[in-house]
Amino acid sequence: MHANQVTTSRRRFLLGTGALAASAALPNVLFAHTGGSGRLVVVILRGALDGLAAVPPYADPNYAGLHRELAIAAPGMADGALALDNNFGLHPSCVFLHERYAAGELVVFHAVASPYRDRSHFDGQNVLENGLTKPLGSADGWLNRALAALPRGAAGHDTERAVAISQNVPLILRGDVPVISKSPQATPDVDEELLSRLADLYSKDDWFSARLSEAVQTDKLAVEGGIPADPQAMTEPAAASARPAMTAAQDTAVRPAAPDRVSGVARMAATLMRSEGGPEVAVIEASGWDTHANQGGAKGALAQRLAGLDKALRALKDGLGPLWPQTAVLVVTEFGRTAAMNGTRGTDHGTGGCAFLAGGAVRGGRVMADWPGLARTALLDNRDLRPTLDLRSVFKAVLDEHMRVDAKTLATRIFPDSSGARPLQGLIRA
Amino acid sequence: MIQTEIAVLRFGLGARPGDLASAAGDPRGWLTAQIKGAVPLAGNTPLAGSDQIFTELLSARDKFQEMKREAAAPSPADPHSSTDPKAAAAPAFNPVRDAYLPHYRAQVLARAQSAALTTRPFAERLVHFWTNHFAVSADKAAVFGVAGTLENEAIRPHVGGRFVDLLTAVEQHPAMIAFLDNQYSVGKDSDLARLAARRAEARPFARQRTDAADKPRREFGINENLAREILELHTLGVNGGYTQNDVTTFAQIITGWSVGGGKGRLTGGAPGRFYFRDNLHEPGAKTFMGKTYYESGLRQGEAVLADLARQPATARFIATKLVRHFVADDPPPAAVERVARAFLKSGGDLPTVYAALIEAPEAWDADMRKFKTPEDFVFSTLRALNVSPRQPEEVVRSFELLGQRQYTPGSPAGWPDTSKSWDGSDALMHRVLWASRVAGRYEQGIDPVDLAASCLGAYARAETVTALRRASSSTQALALLLMSPEFQRR
Repeated sequence: MHANQVTTSRRRFLLGTGALAASAALPNVLFAHTGGSGRLVVVILRGALDGLAAVPPYADPNYAGLHRELAIAAPGMADGALALDNNFGLHPSCVFLHERYAAGELVVFHAVASPYRDRSHFDGQNVLENGLTKPLGSADGWLNRALAALPRGAAGHDTERAVAISQNVPLILRGDVPVISKSPQATPDVDEELLSRLADLYSKDDWFSARLSEAVQTDKLAVEGGIPADPQAMTEPAAASARPAMTAAQDTAVRPAAPDRVSGVARMAATLMRSEGGPEVAVIEASGWDTHANQGGAKGALAQRLAGLDKALRALKDGLGPLWPQTAVLVVTEFGRTAAMNGTRGTDHGTGGCAFLAGGAVRGGRVMADWPGLARTALLDNRDLRPTLDLRSVFKAVLDEHMRVDAKTLATRIFPDSSGARPLQGLIRA
Repeated sequence: MIQTEIAVLRFGLGARPGDLASAAGDPRGWLTAQIKGAVPLAGNTPLAGSDQIFTELLSARDKFQEMKREAAAPSPADPHSSTDPKAAAAPAFNPVRDAYLPHYRAQVLARAQSAALTTRPFAERLVHFWTNHFAVSADKAAVFGVAGTLENEAIRPHVGGRFVDLLTAVEQHPAMIAFLDNQYSVGKDSDLARLAARRAEARPFARQRTDAADKPRREFGINENLAREILELHTLGVNGGYTQNDVTTFAQIITGWSVGGGKGRLTGGAPGRFYFRDNLHEPGAKTFMGKTYYESGLRQGEAVLADLARQPATARFIATKLVRHFVADDPPPAAVERVARAFLKSGGDLPTVYAALIEAPEAWDADMRKFKTPEDFVFSTLRALNVSPRQPEEVVRSFELLGQRQYTPGSPAGWPDTSKSWDGSDALMHRVLWASRVAGRYEQGIDPVDLAASCLGAYARAETVTALRRASSSTQALALLLMSPEFQRR
């Protein structure tokens, strides 16, 4: 590379690297395509959220006896659930979700599960993300397949339409369609000239070339998105966040500091989605739901974790601002947990659980559950909440009604072997 | 002689100056010479053992409880203590973190030093492989300060021995017991549970009696976490032929596998050491995967581990992971077959297994098919630059920045071992940032073109060398070298 090609600003650098020239040159046109189309955020809770604690079925006669000290009391009782209807409530940590329910912007699903019926986290997450009926190591993700089927906006799309809010792309977004990744941790002082020379060095290596272009483009979105990168992540010294924070004198199953991290992730998602030509789809991950010991009830480890999630969802709504009315947020986990408390005041891996669909675009204020009950004879394998709704019915409905993916592609390419999981109707406002 | 580079870069942890020359005569022999026997840490950072660390933790907790009690209930006889602002502020003090943090940092530093300095880099990589296979995660509070002790105390002594010994040492290590919650797992018919039931009978009105048949009193019970992960992640693999019933039975078999030195029902045993609590153990013979185990107590679980270590499913699962780590994300079936056969035939003799891996022709394909993980990237950079870190902060922060905080895979499955899990565009930008910082710090006295030869050998591409020559500074040249496609792969 010759010295006169060395650029001094990131924008000029972008203009110099062919693949990105179009997007940088047409900001106004790109802005147009962010008009009325749907925005989708998928939140993956890794580790298996206890649906019977997050959405307590307080009216079920067997609930309190099985879930024991982990059970959430009925609404109105001390530390009781936030009321949803005559059967279900929300965990008292879920204040924001409860507000959205009251505003008609939240659908709560219960006794729901992916087609996966064994109890491995890793296979369970694989099925949740690959959209198939069984785990396959190297499959692509259903959301990436859906991206290929999204209707084009008025101006076409020169930029990636989906982002993973992490350094790397999770399975759900992997596949043929290029996507970007962006963690809330800022990369503030990468030298422009170095980037430019790297682009040159990578010119014969398609893979590195593509990654670098995406990275530079995403950085630009974050910087020009109105809000700089997550302020917390920029100011928090690395050494401080390198210390897993801990509660005193208790072996909690989860790390209490992490919930705040999810808020930073949510703010980054909102920032990118609001930027010019920003992505319409974002994936957020939150881990630490594997509460085998000392799960807690209205207070405790899981309560803190749920409060962190609730706070992050509020940060997402605040950050999306004017985009919220056209947004749907899908919150899912790989499976539920055992109906009975285990020997260590926690719960083991189960099957049926809960899921949430929130957002201004959502026709909510409803619990959708074909409740099988928690009587011994009703449980799956004598231990788990029996699923009566396939998560793919929810995924399909959102992609169909909200993202305008055509039904045939949904039933064939995106979710093969899913004829038993018919899309739900009327989840999205007309 | 691309085989030399493959031995040092792909099987090893990257080349220090001189490594390529010393492996050049006989690359396979260079590898084979490394694989027998224990693999102690290289470097000299002093580390405390898990028993000492747990003991410190327990006393810090006691002190904390005492401070809390003093703060909550001031003694009227001693008015001064009640107004002591330090006591009132007690909750801000975090005994677990304070006791654990220096140990975590020392372990992370020692690990990086060992990777930078070792003269057995293939064996060191195998240590890392097994640490990831038997993953514990320091982001669980109870494990934070002892995560590295599993690697140093259970894995390093057995990495060049028999799989069954490695497996048993790991499952009986306090860090694993604590990570997967087994210390409180109690058999329904254990002495402890029966004692509690008798006491409850003696005081029928002491607590609310449960009436319905499907609401049994269940004060004590098992936790199936460790049992499930031993089967799914450590031995047979998820499709290894066990059922939910086998998981539950195995959990009963290992009730009582605990850590010494606790309180209440967990008294007894040497603090911080593996301790079998007979009174928590579910007694009697048990049938697991079609075989009845008549051993009693601790021996029963050990007998199951010995059988698991011999299973064809275990051999195949371990072989698949080894080949994925050393050869390609999609493991070539012939190589898996070869390694699995060696595992079965030798009864899990690990040097024999590693030798089969070295013999697999697929492992010597000239194409670099593995994208380096952040760990690979950092360790190979240290070796290329011939530096060993001195400050824990620089190591801890490096891994924080690159998204692979040491000893925190976050899940018992360990860090993912495929390129797609590490190749996000944002991850690449973080590597660029780190490379440029490292280059700024270490460029003095380095000729990047010479360095390319000593750390990449025949893998250094002509266009990379040209870019290094044309770079505007030696700092920039060094960053370009570290970020070159051939340095980012192995």
